[in-house]
Parts: sequence; structure tokens; C-alpha cells
Amino acid sequence: MHPVILNKICKSYHLDTVNVPALQDITLEIRPNRFTVISGPSGSGKTTLLNLIGCIDRPDSGEIIVADQRVQTLSDDALSDFRSHHLGFIFQNFNLLPVLSAYENVEYPLVLTKMPAIQRKERVLALLDAVGLSDRAKNRPGQLSGGQRQRVAIARALASAPQLVLADEPTANLDSQTGAAIIQLMRKMQREHQVSFVFSSHDPQVQAEADDTIFIRDGRITSIERKARSEEHA
Amino acid sequence: MMRTLSLALRNLLRNSRRSLTTLLAMIIGICAILLFGGYSRNVILAMQTGYVQLNGHYQIQRKDYFLYGSGNPAAYGISDYQHIIDLVKRDPVLAPMLTVVTPKLQLSGIAGNFAAGVSKTVIASGIMVEEQNQMRTWDDYGSMNFRRPLALTGTSADAVIIGTGVARMLQLCGTLKVPNCSQPSVKPPAEGPQAPDDITALSALEQSHSQSSSASTIEMLAANTKGAPNVASLNVVKAENQGLKEFDDIFLMMHLPQAQRLIFGGSQPQVTAIQIQLQHTDQMPAAKARLDSLLASSLKDASLELQDFQTLSPIYGQTIQFFNSVFGFIATLIGVIVLFTVGNTMSMAVVERTVEIGTLRAMGQRRSGIRRLFVSEGMLLGVIGAFAGILIALLIAHLINNSGFTWTPPGYVYAYPLKVRVWGDNVLIFCSAIGLTVVAIISAWWPANRASKMMIVDALRHV
Repeated sequence: MHPVILNKICKSYHLDTVNVPALQDITLEIRPNRFTVISGPSGSGKTTLLNLIGCIDRPDSGEIIVADQRVQTLSDDALSDFRSHHLGFIFQNFNLLPVLSAYENVEYPLVLTKMPAIQRKERVLALLDAVGLSDRAKNRPGQLSGGQRQRVAIARALASAPQLVLADEPTANLDSQTGAAIIQLMRKMQREHQVSFVFSSHDPQVQAEADDTIFIRDGRITSIERKARSEEHA
Repeated sequence: MMRTLSLALRNLLRNSRRSLTTLLAMIIGICAILLFGGYSRNVILAMQTGYVQLNGHYQIQRKDYFLYGSGNPAAYGISDYQHIIDLVKRDPVLAPMLTVVTPKLQLSGIAGNFAAGVSKTVIASGIMVEEQNQMRTWDDYGSMNFRRPLALTGTSADAVIIGTGVARMLQLCGTLKVPNCSQPSVKPPAEGPQAPDDITALSALEQSHSQSSSASTIEMLAANTKGAPNVASLNVVKAENQGLKEFDDIFLMMHLPQAQRLIFGGSQPQVTAIQIQLQHTDQMPAAKARLDSLLASSLKDASLELQDFQTLSPIYGQTIQFFNSVFGFIATLIGVIVLFTVGNTMSMAVVERTVEIGTLRAMGQRRSGIRRLFVSEGMLLGVIGAFAGILIALLIAHLINNSGFTWTPPGYVYAYPLKVRVWGDNVLIFCSAIGLTVVAIISAWWPANRASKMMIVDALRHV
């Protein structure tokens, strides 16, 4: 089952009196348990596409199915609950809550899903351990480096065991060495947690690591490259 | 909920200077409300103490005396007053509530100082001195720092005290050693028609007596029960300032038997009022119910009515209304200031945390969760501001109450200790705290609602 199916999606923005098309007639399937990168020049519609997949924006027309759920039909509250259970987000600027510790940041999505406290604690500690930040659990984001913050963000995105993690330029604010480490971490987590990652990125390192690359220009998909996995060859 | 409050508190501490400034505005606001409320409460209680000491909580009067009878005590007198007093004192319901039940006769007349050739219209009251002294010890709210017995205490039957205005006009300031009371150096010549023969004869009779008495002797002329003039020679023991000039210029107080002799002569003595003082003002409704019952049953043929001290002293109610209106104005003003201060703080917080709002919403936080978070911050500001404000107001009130400052209520001549009664006024404290918190919540609501309605993608794009 594909975690995301887009069928003839159109989205445009209204700037004053001008109607600016952002996405036109997008039909796409994201394969499960893959590292998928949406690539394209600035203004091509990468972030808009990611926002629609992430259910934080709504299309003008077309159909979106995420985790077997036709998301356009959901109310705002139902969509919020859906995101908290099925989707994880990693942002370019990490977007951690500055008043919460690393532990509390990772714990926050689990609070939204109303997971019992004992299970929550086990899950958070396991995730922090997995991203190598067990010893930084009590540190607030201001006390962490950029790479460490993005590790916390990755742990947070995976906290509620989502089917899909969306990452908007996750390495853009990191130096190349840290960026590479973060990509490797995400790859590792993606494999361990059997979850689909969808990125928007210019970063060649990210594209090199991708299973599937979707090229987009002027709001249209120009091509899709799908790599066969080594285990699939086997 | 605890998590939301914890997060709200951390967000407030995040910009501690701004939160502190907002709290300061709220603390000053609630301090102003509480201190003014405590001050006005003290004024009202001090006035109440004064009126209850003077008039008692209730007075039993002949029907319509209050409106029409003050000029004609003979027509509106209560003849069997001792029976009524005994009935009230022995009543099993009323007895535990009573401190004093005492008769009083009010009359008007002309006081004259024949030695100086001057006279003055006066309103006199005849009282039972010991019972009035007991009434003046009533201090249910701790408003008094001294208790002064009446100057009539232990004096002869013909002794009187007068207002300093009366002393001035009767040219007795020197004799009575009244401070700050000047006398005219030149007496204007007396003009006008000759007094009637009977008045002249009475005056001559009293003048012959007065020549042998002290220089502070005056004569008082009043109409008796048959409308005929009656004159008494009275010994002024003291002139006392009565506060209000209009009252001070007509005040005269004497022993009740003397006043009764002047009005009723050898007839059965009467009084114009029976003053009833209770132990506590909050006993008034119960006492009234019982007194009304007595007036309607045992005393139904006596044509009596009950007047409370608020009716007898309308300025008391007017003062309460005045303070209430000023309090309402101040509270509204402070409420508006708090409304805009908290609203501004929360609006700035929403703008600063727009990306954070977008992130929370993307993670699955519902709109109501975002609204709850910002409203909680407003509520916390309100609660902390109210709590700190109450503590500071109590501290300031304590300092004022122990400063030794005094003040003189309107119409009074002696000073009361200046007090700000915040401690113990639970209604004032509770309502102010709740009011401030509600205002803070309301002012946080609008920015919170705006935050909750943000488009997620717009919020995440915010720079």
C-alpha cells in the first residue's frame, strides 16, 4: 500500500489580483519505506507539494490519499489528529520549542496522541538514544548545536511512529559534514523504523541517498527516478 | 492542563522583562483598587460608628415625627416611653442583641445671654448622660483610638453643653475659654419692638436668678405643651465644636429631666425618640423584624414607627454611593488599562511565536490547544498579578494602619485613626483578584483566537 497517492492535484496562490499556479495536475505515488526526494529549482513548487502531502495545506482540486485516508474530507480537528498519529515533520530551522528540553520536545507529539506516561518515557528515551542524545535529554535547544537540534527534530518526527516523515530542506542550515551525518542518521532511522521519508531538497548529498527522486519544475513533475533497492535485487 | 500551564509559565518566563512590565501594571492596578476599597471601607465604617454612637441603630418614634414632628415635640411625644424601653429590654429575642436603649427628647427654642443682650435659636436635645456615654463606647470595627465621655457627665441638673457657634453668638467664648473664637469689639445697638409683657416678666425673673450665678449662665425659651412660653436658666459647662457649622451654630444638649421640665412642666414627661443600639450592625435585620413585630402587637395602639440610622442620617447612604461610584470608576479605568496591557503583551507573543504556532499545528495540535495555551498565559499573568498585588496591597495597608496617621470624617470634630481595611475584606480581595484574572483572560482571548486561526503554511513561512 502506498503511503501517499496524489491524483490530479492543482494548487494556486492568490497574490493581490493575480492567480499564481503553484502545482498543476500532479499525479504521484510515494512508495512505502523509501527515501523520496522532491527536487527542483526555487519556486518550482517543492514546498507546496510537501505541504499538501503533509496535510498542512489543502489543494484547489484533485485527490490526496495519505495512509489510506482521503484527507480532504477531514475536518480541521480530525486532520490535526491525523497528523499527530500518522505524520512526522522535520524543518529546515529545526523548529524545536525553545522552552522545552530535548526530552520534552520529543515527548510533545506523544502527549498529543495521549500515550500513557510510562510508555511515553520509554519511547522518548529510546529515540534519544537512537539519535545519540541520551546525555543531552535535559538540555534545551539553545544549549545544543545545529546538528544536535536536528537530531532532536528527527527523534521528535519519529516519536509517534508515523507512516510518513516529511522533511523540508533538512540539511540547508547545517554544514556539509553535519548535513551528511544527519542524512545518514535519517537513512538509518528510516530503515530501522520502516517509515517513508519525503524530502524537499537541493542538496546533492540528499539526492544521492534517495531511493526515489521526483523532479519538479514550474509546478509540474518533469520526471521521476526510482532506484531499485539492493534487497529488491536480491 | 498542568502541562499547558507549565508550558504557559515557561513561555512567560521566556521574555521575563516584558512579562514583568505587564505584571507591574497589573500589580499597581490591583493595589490601587484594594487600597482605595480598603480606605473607602474605613471611611464608611468610621461614619457608621459615629452615627451609631450618636443615634443608635434604630429609633422608635411617634409615627410621622421624622418628617413632620421635629418642630412640635409635644404633639409627637411618646408618653409611656419607660414601658416601651422595659418591653424592649426584656424581650427575649432582642435582649441578647442590645447594648443601650435610651430615651431622647429633641426640642427647639431660643437661648439668650441677657448679660450680653444676645439670643440665638437652638435645637436642643435632652439625654440620659450615662446611657449616652455607654452608646459612645460602641466601636464594633476598631475605629476609635480614644473614648471621651460627654461633658455633661457628673454635672448638675441644669447643666448644658453648646456648640462653639452658639457660644460665639451668645458671646460666651471668653467665659468658656473656647479656642479660636473671636468676639466683636463693638456691640451693635439693639433695635426692634419691645418683647411681650409675659416674656419680659419671665426674662426678668430668670435674670434676677442669673445675677447670682456664674457668667456662663444662659436662659432658654421654649414653647410648652400648651404653646405657652417657658424659660429655664441653664448653666453652660462647655462649648464643643460640632463639626458642621450649620449644626454647631444651633447645638445645645442638656439632661433629659431638664428638657422635659421645659416642655412638659408638671405634666407627664415625654420623649421624642427611644434610641436602640445593638451590639453589631449585622444584627439589624433580626432586630428590625422583632421590633416591627412588637410595634404591630404589644405597641400597636401607640402609633409608633421604627427608623434606622441610615434613614436618620441620609449622608451615610450618600457617602456610600459616592465611594461606590468612585470605586467603580477607578476599577473600570484599571480594568481597561489591564485589558490593553495584557492584550498588547499577548499580541506581541503571538507575533514572535508565529513559527512555533505553525510547528505545533503541523505536529497535530488542534486550534483549541493553541488558543488554550495563550489564554493560559493570560490567565497566569492575571493570577500571578492578582496574588502579588494582594500581597503588596496588604503590606502597604499594614504600613499605613501602623503609621499613626489620623483623619477627620466629614462633619466630625475629632480625628479617627487612618486605616486601610484590606485585610479581612474577603469580598473585596476575592472579587478584585477574580475580576483582574477575568480581564486578563478576556484580553488574552483575542490574540489567542487569532493565533489558533493562523494558516499553518503561512505561520511556518513567517520570518
